[in-house]
Amino acid sequence: MVPQRDNERSDHSRHCARVGLLLFGIYVLLYAGFIAIVVFQPNLLVLRPLGGVNAAIVYGMGLIAAALLLSLVYMVLCREPAGRD
Amino acid sequence: MLYQTNPTAIAIFASFVLGVIALSFYLGRKGQSAKGYFAAHGQIHWFVNGIAFAGDYLSAASFLGICGMIAFNGFDGFLYSIGFLAGWVVALFVIAEPIKSLGKFTFADALDSRFHSPAIKLSVAISTLVVSIFYLIPQMVGAGDLITPLLGLPHSWGVIMVGVVVTLIVVTAGMVSTTWVQFIKGSLLVFFCCILTVLILNRGFTVNIVSLEPQVHTRRPDGTVLIDGIVQSKDHDLRPVGTISSLPGGKKSTGPLRPLEFLGVLEDSTVITWTAKKRIDENGTHTTYSPVERKGSELLQPGGAFKGLTTGRLVDKLDFVSLMLALFCGTASLPHILIRYYTVKDQASARKSTVVGIAAIGFFYVLTLYLGLGAMTSGSLDPTSSNMAAPLLAKSFNETLFAIISAIAFTTVLGTVSGLIMAGSGAVAHDLLESFFQIPMNDHQKVLAGKASAVVLGVVAMALGILFRNFNVSFLVGWAFNIAASANLPALVMLLFWKRTTKQGISAAVIVGMVSSLGWILLSADTFEKVYGWSRDASLVPFSQPGLVTIPLGFLVLVAVSLATPRHVESQK
Repeated sequence: MVPQRDNERSDHSRHCARVGLLLFGIYVLLYAGFIAIVVFQPNLLVLRPLGGVNAAIVYGMGLIAAALLLSLVYMVLCREPAGRD
Repeated sequence: MLYQTNPTAIAIFASFVLGVIALSFYLGRKGQSAKGYFAAHGQIHWFVNGIAFAGDYLSAASFLGICGMIAFNGFDGFLYSIGFLAGWVVALFVIAEPIKSLGKFTFADALDSRFHSPAIKLSVAISTLVVSIFYLIPQMVGAGDLITPLLGLPHSWGVIMVGVVVTLIVVTAGMVSTTWVQFIKGSLLVFFCCILTVLILNRGFTVNIVSLEPQVHTRRPDGTVLIDGIVQSKDHDLRPVGTISSLPGGKKSTGPLRPLEFLGVLEDSTVITWTAKKRIDENGTHTTYSPVERKGSELLQPGGAFKGLTTGRLVDKLDFVSLMLALFCGTASLPHILIRYYTVKDQASARKSTVVGIAAIGFFYVLTLYLGLGAMTSGSLDPTSSNMAAPLLAKSFNETLFAIISAIAFTTVLGTVSGLIMAGSGAVAHDLLESFFQIPMNDHQKVLAGKASAVVLGVVAMALGILFRNFNVSFLVGWAFNIAASANLPALVMLLFWKRTTKQGISAAVIVGMVSSLGWILLSADTFEKVYGWSRDASLVPFSQPGLVTIPLGFLVLVAVSLATPRHVESQK
């Protein structure tokens, strides 16, 4: 039984690693997109898309919110299987 | 500016500090073994550890530095908030669970887990010490800045007080007391900053017409300070600055504002900010502070502090990209953050505590924008110190809040410095003395060695805190992130994801990353100007932030050296 449990743990770790890298890739795209706009297209940040707030703040706040959202998704997708410690 | 001390403020501050010291002595009984001292027995609850992450990470740079940078330069300070939080994504998705399973007490444990190489222990221990010391400097500078207005003591006294208190905390109970100090500090910081933000929104904006005459601060060679040519005194001092000069629709006051409304109104307002220009002659150093009327829409765009974003020069833009890369990669490479993964029982707890940390830290960074902008328009800024923006903002409401915020800021420094000294003492006792120099030590002797190292690091931190007193703390932390990301991240990532990594590759990457980033910083225009007092044009590297070059260099060196050296037998297991 112990080797079977170890295999399950190992599979679970691999699954979490894959999910983690996928979510990491999504965040890298969002973060790199922000930096690219700041550096190369700053005129886009002058737009005011949300209640009079400019795009620089909306995107910046969005990055903070995205980090939390993705981390919660990761928590859900990497829950320990039922019956596990 | 001269500050008047207040007995209530001193009483609140003293009770905070004494409470923290008492807690440390109480918890001292729980940290007697090496596992207890360096890793809190691995028994800290994940939620407590998550908030302790926030307490560890939300340093003087995050609280004092970012608020000050936003208050003086607008949106650019918030870029640090974005970058600092983004680094936690790397920590959660890439580093957290593997490092928990690989290590025992220190970051070097994890990197050396497959190889048992003295060279890895040595190089990583040195890099841990270098990063910790670079991170310690801004914390101590922040502490000194706080003590002057709160207790009326010189800057150096603040630095010495932090050094002594932190050394006491670390020496009494190691990671157990450090964790609980950080938990308390993290909770208080987020809670009271939330209250301060509510007060800012409730106050809204008011047009404040103030004198727009420039102010000249002169420090004579004999140390005397003149304001506009007259000796500085309580009755003749620099005027506090930072006011709204016009509101949309010609209003004089807005009344309470909702969070988004606050930002929208500021965008359509004009603000009086102050610039500083320094001149040195035989009569001393003269700094002229001059008012500049700026549109809110301009202050809420990038480019206020990072002038390179508006010059159009490619190297200036690369400097900014390099900083943002270092902030992104640096968090997951900071030794004092990484050792916190050893204080929880398993990988699931490591993951959960990181998510709690991200929630607390992310929420705090959203608040920094309101705190900074609230300070910018509060009419209470000290033109000579950006680091004092948040406490002086609190003072614009009342003295009690000022005392509480200053005391929390001081415990902020205590929490972070104690984590850094823990990381440094572990590197000396565990990695250098026991693993590299092979000095036989029993459990008790190892704890003693850790405590002795903590005392030495505390003294070094105090000396450097006094030496670097005139720097913005966020700026200094940027250096620490660059060095951490360049020295540690390539080795850590490649160890986890590339099986061909060898022990020689890891050692080489750590050393090259550390030396190249440190060397780059020492040769940069910012250091030439702000540390050496030389011309920026004489600098020897094209831009100041090294990460864009030295982080890839670390990866490149690791791959090249690993391919050039044989696989170690143990590395294939």
